[in-house]
Amino acid sequence: MIAPQEIIERITAAADYDDCFVIVAHNSQANLRWASSTLTTNGVITEQSVTVIAFVAIDGGMATGSITRTDVKADEYEEIARAAGVAARAAGKAEDAAELLTDSHMGDWGAAHAPTGPDVFSKFAPDLGEMFRRSQEDSIELFGYAEHTHSTVWIGSKGGVRLRHDQPAGRVEMTGKSHNRTRSTWEGRATRDFSDISIGDIDAGIRQRLQWQERTSQIVPGHYQTVAPSGAVADLMAYILYASPGRDAHEGRSVFAKKGEPGKTRVGETLAKLPINLFSDCNFPGLEAAPFNVATSSSSYGSVFDNGIALKNFDFMLGGKLENLITTRASSVTTGLPFAPFGDNMIMELPGASGDLDSIIAKVTSGLLLTTLWYVRIVDPVSYLLTGLTRDGVYEIKDGEVVGAVNNFRWNESPVDLLSRISAVGATEITATRELEGFGRTATPPVIFEDFNMSTVSQAN
Amino acid sequence: MTHTVDPDFLALPLDSVSDAAIQAGLSLGASHVDIRIERVRTGVLELRDTNPETQTDDSVAGIGVRVIVNGAWGFASSPEISPSAAKRLAGVAVAMAKTSAPLTTEEIALAPEPVYANRTWVSDYEIDPFDVPGEEKIARLAGLNASLLKTKTVNYASAFTMFVKEQKHYADSYGTSTTQQRVRMQTAIDAVHVGDSGFESMRTLAYPAGHGWEWMGNSIWDWDSEISELPELLAEKVAAPSVEPGKYDLLIHPSNLWLTIHESIGHATELDRALGYEANYAGTSFATIDNLNTLQYGSELMNITGDRTTPHGLSTIGYDDEGVQAQEWDIIKDGLLVGYQLDRRIAARAGRERSNGCAFADSPAHVPIQRMPNVSLKANPVGPDLEGLIAGVEDGIMIKGDNSWSIDMQRYNFQFTGQQFHRIKNGQLVGQVKDVAYQATTTDFWRSMKAVGGPSTYVLGGAFNCGKAQPGQIAAVSHGCPAAVFDKVNVLNTVAEAGK
Repeated sequence: MIAPQEIIERITAAADYDDCFVIVAHNSQANLRWASSTLTTNGVITEQSVTVIAFVAIDGGMATGSITRTDVKADEYEEIARAAGVAARAAGKAEDAAELLTDSHMGDWGAAHAPTGPDVFSKFAPDLGEMFRRSQEDSIELFGYAEHTHSTVWIGSKGGVRLRHDQPAGRVEMTGKSHNRTRSTWEGRATRDFSDISIGDIDAGIRQRLQWQERTSQIVPGHYQTVAPSGAVADLMAYILYASPGRDAHEGRSVFAKKGEPGKTRVGETLAKLPINLFSDCNFPGLEAAPFNVATSSSSYGSVFDNGIALKNFDFMLGGKLENLITTRASSVTTGLPFAPFGDNMIMELPGASGDLDSIIAKVTSGLLLTTLWYVRIVDPVSYLLTGLTRDGVYEIKDGEVVGAVNNFRWNESPVDLLSRISAVGATEITATRELEGFGRTATPPVIFEDFNMSTVSQAN
Repeated sequence: MTHTVDPDFLALPLDSVSDAAIQAGLSLGASHVDIRIERVRTGVLELRDTNPETQTDDSVAGIGVRVIVNGAWGFASSPEISPSAAKRLAGVAVAMAKTSAPLTTEEIALAPEPVYANRTWVSDYEIDPFDVPGEEKIARLAGLNASLLKTKTVNYASAFTMFVKEQKHYADSYGTSTTQQRVRMQTAIDAVHVGDSGFESMRTLAYPAGHGWEWMGNSIWDWDSEISELPELLAEKVAAPSVEPGKYDLLIHPSNLWLTIHESIGHATELDRALGYEANYAGTSFATIDNLNTLQYGSELMNITGDRTTPHGLSTIGYDDEGVQAQEWDIIKDGLLVGYQLDRRIAARAGRERSNGCAFADSPAHVPIQRMPNVSLKANPVGPDLEGLIAGVEDGIMIKGDNSWSIDMQRYNFQFTGQQFHRIKNGQLVGQVKDVAYQATTTDFWRSMKAVGGPSTYVLGGAFNCGKAQPGQIAAVSHGCPAAVFDKVNVLNTVAEAGK
């Protein structure tokens, strides 16, 4: 295959229009999947995509169009550049037009992609095999998935942009079931290189939770004081950010629109009673992410015209107050909001907060502890009501201690409204989402939600 | 119109690449080798009002090689399509299988299937959407949006269309070799009204289907008529009263019922799920194999089939991704669970003589797994039309169009919303209500089905984006169904659920 840098140079040279950005993404991945304590699938995957974005001046503005291909041969440079130009002219004037970045350099442009592979599991796989053996002895079934990916992205343009970013990412998920699958629990970890993954810790967590399920009781639907671990909090906060394009709010069609006041948003409004921050920061330790904007297509969340622009912190909420909504440079003009592109990680914190999940549980006199949230969907975009299920363990808390397991629930809640019902927050920790597994870089704390709406009982376990 | 596989796909070195992978895998000790050479081209066009915002043309091509060595799987993929890459990948896959062997306690076996040599299959479509100029596509969608925007009710309109052409060459060490091509289209248009109390939207009821660009004319789906009716329906919804929560008879239109079938029957009868293979991710199923031929899933009016043969079905194919010929079979008969969805590995594990052809991988980079066929509810051959069904409802709601959906990890508890909720009193439609969600347990719901519409109410609905497996895969699938009536289903008010 032809080197990404060569592909970019040749296509930008072949593009006979005003500007051309070429984004080459190269991904390598190794994965293992298991069920009932035996490996079920595995893979070593290599993927490449070449996206050519044409920018063509037309009467009254700038048009843009894009083409993406897996692989580009040497005799295809002119054709793919031409096809992107044709797509741009067909599209007509772009609403999100803005001045394109030029002459910008970042990263080790000339280096080849360093692929990951099965070697990343050299310690993890034997440890996993040992956990399989121990679990079989104790009639525990294990189900799970481990994945390590290394992604490299290069962005080049006719105007002299040459940017590169390397992104390692990994995750481990483990579901443990026992007693003829009537007990079930889950552990998740996010990692960059698997060096920090301890199978022993995962095993201990699985066994503790299965032990907690020795005593079970049925609880009726209702509103409960509910402890959410950091992963479940990350899932809910990520859903909030999905609802955060400033343009939609400005147009009145978002939970962040000011009702009855066209063109106004809720920026500046206090959402959380506690002075919580929710933001992205590409330099956050352990969650380092692309320091520049990457967009292969335009939407409410990003614009191809903003490709390559350096990212600053995106502060969605500071001190509990809605600070910013996601904008492109073009939508920042139409909405009057600051230009605020969203980064590739998410952090939630209460400055000064401390304590782990156990210390949050200890604050509860009578309530519930979740494990994970599942099948989350938007029910009502006006209030941003979500529905979903609790999964792999809900526990009853009495006087600061877990006293046993209860049934699962279908819940109906707005995470925006829930911000005002957070009554306690622990220390922020790097965590793994479950529902939104693609939302790979998150750090959130465990929290207590007041009056969490458990709508009906789910028989699932 | 009968198409053939595109010449530029056939011009790839399909046979030499396949032979290289198979020979290399066998020589390295594999007992089974299969290879897929794929090219999946996906176009997306999105308009905000009459302006194109997103226009992409994405082609993913490559090789996926899968082997069994000493009873363990190995898989490797690459975007490079060449004999040398295929040979190298076979080596990587064999090495991966050997590395995995210590973690594998279940010896992989595959149910047998006849050999099909040099078979070709192409789906039934007229116009390749990739042959249609971008200007023409934009003009069609912009015209539909413009019609909406002429009205007082619609403040914003958005259009989305996705079109896919999937080309696959499959070969295995038994001697099967298939080359296939299929095309599918999905289009949806949303109308939005913004008022003092918030906003309300309504989306078209058109379904995704195995058609080409001819889908966007008016001969198969009458887009112009639907768009002309949408503003008035939206205005009625904006002014509609909020539903009173409680138990209602629900007349569920096929534009909504397809999704309930997908979630509560389609996924629940995947045998890999029922056995636990998806326990960490997509979930399991209450319909475990000990329930086969004993579980009364629904009322006696309920007859569900699985197939990969329905014309224009999104899961329709000639041969699956393990070389199994497409079939049709019963899943639920007279309300009784009688069948599952299988791939070759799951069929062998369950002691079946043959897979029913449900293996699919969504890209060359992913391993084939058991995916959903077209799962459909049969119409009552002598059942009533829609007006007849409405006439039979004393106190209920007719639900049209899909929207929010959610179901638990064993497929018991579900909650769905919709696009339109038409109140029925004494057999008459009396206007819309809004803020409706219905919630039920799967077997309670299907056992409450008390009337099934006739063939005139039958529609082949479906989705492009069914998710399963890790790494995540998506699949397109159709669900045909008539309108049907369900007795006293729990209806929630979504505003009240939000505590407002």
